[in-house]
Amino acid sequence: MITVENLRKSFTIHHLNKALPALQGVSLHVPEGSFLGIVGKSGSGKSTILKSIYRTYEPQDGKILFQSEAFGTIDLVQATAREIVYLRKHEIGYVSQFLNVMPRTTALELVEQSLLDLGVSKEEATTKAQQALRHFDIDESLWNSYPNMFSGGEKLRLNIACAVVKEPRLLLLDEPTASLDHSSKLKVREAIEKLKANGTTLIGIFHDLEFMEGLCDNVFHMAKMQQKELV
Amino acid sequence: MKEQPILQIQKLSKQYGKGCIHCQGEHVQLEKNFCPVCKTVYACRDISFELYRGEILGIVGESGSGKSTLMKSLYFDEQITSGIGLLEDYENGTANIFEQSRQQQRLIRNTILGMVYQNPMLGLNMDFSSMSNIAEKQIAAGNRHVRNMEKRSLELLDHVNIPLFRSKEAPRNFSGGMQQRVQIAKALSNNPPVLLLDEVTTGLDLSVQADVLDLIKSIQRELNISMIVVSHDLAVIRMLADRTIVMLNGQIIEHGLTDQVLEDPQHAYTQQLVYSLL
Ligand SMILES: Nc1ncnc2c1ncn2[C@@H]1O[C@H](COP(=O)(O)OP(=O)(O)OP(=O)(O)O)[C@@H](O)[C@H]1O
Ligand SMILES: Nc1ncnc2c1ncn2[C@@H]1O[C@H](COP(=O)(O)OP(=O)(O)O)[C@@H](O)[C@H]1O
Ligand SMILES: [Mg+2]
Ligand SMILES: [Mg+2]
Ligand SMILES: [Zn+2]
Repeated sequence: MITVENLRKSFTIHHLNKALPALQGVSLHVPEGSFLGIVGKSGSGKSTILKSIYRTYEPQDGKILFQSEAFGTIDLVQATAREIVYLRKHEIGYVSQFLNVMPRTTALELVEQSLLDLGVSKEEATTKAQQALRHFDIDESLWNSYPNMFSGGEKLRLNIACAVVKEPRLLLLDEPTASLDHSSKLKVREAIEKLKANGTTLIGIFHDLEFMEGLCDNVFHMAKMQQKELV
Repeated sequence: MKEQPILQIQKLSKQYGKGCIHCQGEHVQLEKNFCPVCKTVYACRDISFELYRGEILGIVGESGSGKSTLMKSLYFDEQITSGIGLLEDYENGTANIFEQSRQQQRLIRNTILGMVYQNPMLGLNMDFSSMSNIAEKQIAAGNRHVRNMEKRSLELLDHVNIPLFRSKEAPRNFSGGMQQRVQIAKALSNNPPVLLLDEVTTGLDLSVQADVLDLIKSIQRELNISMIVVSHDLAVIRMLADRTIVMLNGQIIEHGLTDQVLEDPQHAYTQQLVYSLL
């Protein structure tokens, strides 16, 4: 599904005249429908891997070969911005702790929109969006208010809801349970379980990977730059 | 799956002044956007980009970088010095729009383009009623049915949330946010596939800004219009644009996915622009 070959990324900070290497040749492979966990110290480059796949970051070197439904095998490092825009809408989802939303878009509209982007009808979008909000325990009283005012945990759950309703082919998760309480974490686990059952391929960063026990198929260790199969 | 752009701009340049020996020629490197000898301003230099159907393209850059000049050039308010512009909806993108007669350019402007100016005084007649302002554009586009025009104007005003009982009032009496909304209604009146928006939210208070941004986004979604949005406000660009162009001294110095330009800026100037706002 996705194969990363010798990925290199460094950040050049012009005003400090400095180059900061973040990834020095990362290779990994994620078979279709499987779940890869990434573990490593803070600053070791975990998020940089995910952001390079999502192309928020531009790697200097290496390949990210993705099996796309629309484009066939495509190297995400070389893909045009327009191709990436398409893939983000239809095939690749990304969940981070941050939420970037229109100021006058309600929580419900936000989730609906990610479905409308796929070409789903308005009615179906509303139904599915409501189900997702309910699943992630976002109180009904919040559905018609603006997410800018939400707490960190609520924003995070809303973010996950937006990504999950689309049932993307590949989902990237950057610490999606970081600030959640136990029961919210369970909801996230449950959603991941369901996605996986439906064939979604996942790459996730979790500081408490034990929590994903039984779901995670492989682990990538940043320190060893190695991928290991879990049995 | 090769996608055809709706608008393609190749090497567009606009200079104010004739130039001199010092500043003309292939290899001249100007430090700023003007010639220190003859004072010719090179407001846009070799601008090339593509706009695709249904997308919002952002343009950012400091004051004087050439953003408004570019927008006015695209709307034929300014005559460019050189360059090519191809519109898919005009002669199937085979004719350079900048080389057409004034009459043809008026036709393009009235049927394919819509413009919302940085300064509402440029886009609206402040002494006509809001309805007449919108009707004016429809007449220009060849509409002759008074009843239909009236109906369409009211629909549009309603769409941009101008209370209908104020439709006969001149925009002079309106707040800045309302004036921008009337401009948007006017720009939409001919159903243009391409809409140009120059700093539409600048100078409005935050809550009014939010309304206008929301309006722009909903129009893009509902009507699948392609838009070029100019703003010096990175938050506006982040919210609206899929792809973004960064301009400096009349040139494009960086372009890419909006989140990439903002989170992993490559050019020293873009880094300065982004980090100064963090
Ligand atoms: N009619 C004109 N005659 C001479 N110079 C001009 C004219 N119009 C614009 N310029 C110059 O062209 C350059 C670009 O101006 P422009 O209005 O396009 O900037 P901008 O990027 O829109 O800036 P802002 O963010 O302040 O609106 C500036 O140096 C400006 O002084
Ligand atoms: N946008 C950026 N600009 C500059 N440096 C960055 C950027 N993102 C990450 N880095 C640097 O790259 C390294 C890896 O960061 P990151 O991938 O966020 O680590 P992790 O997610 O493993 O904590 C760190 O040294 C970090 O400071
Ligand atoms: Mg991280
Ligand atoms: Mg301007
Ligand atoms: Zn000169």
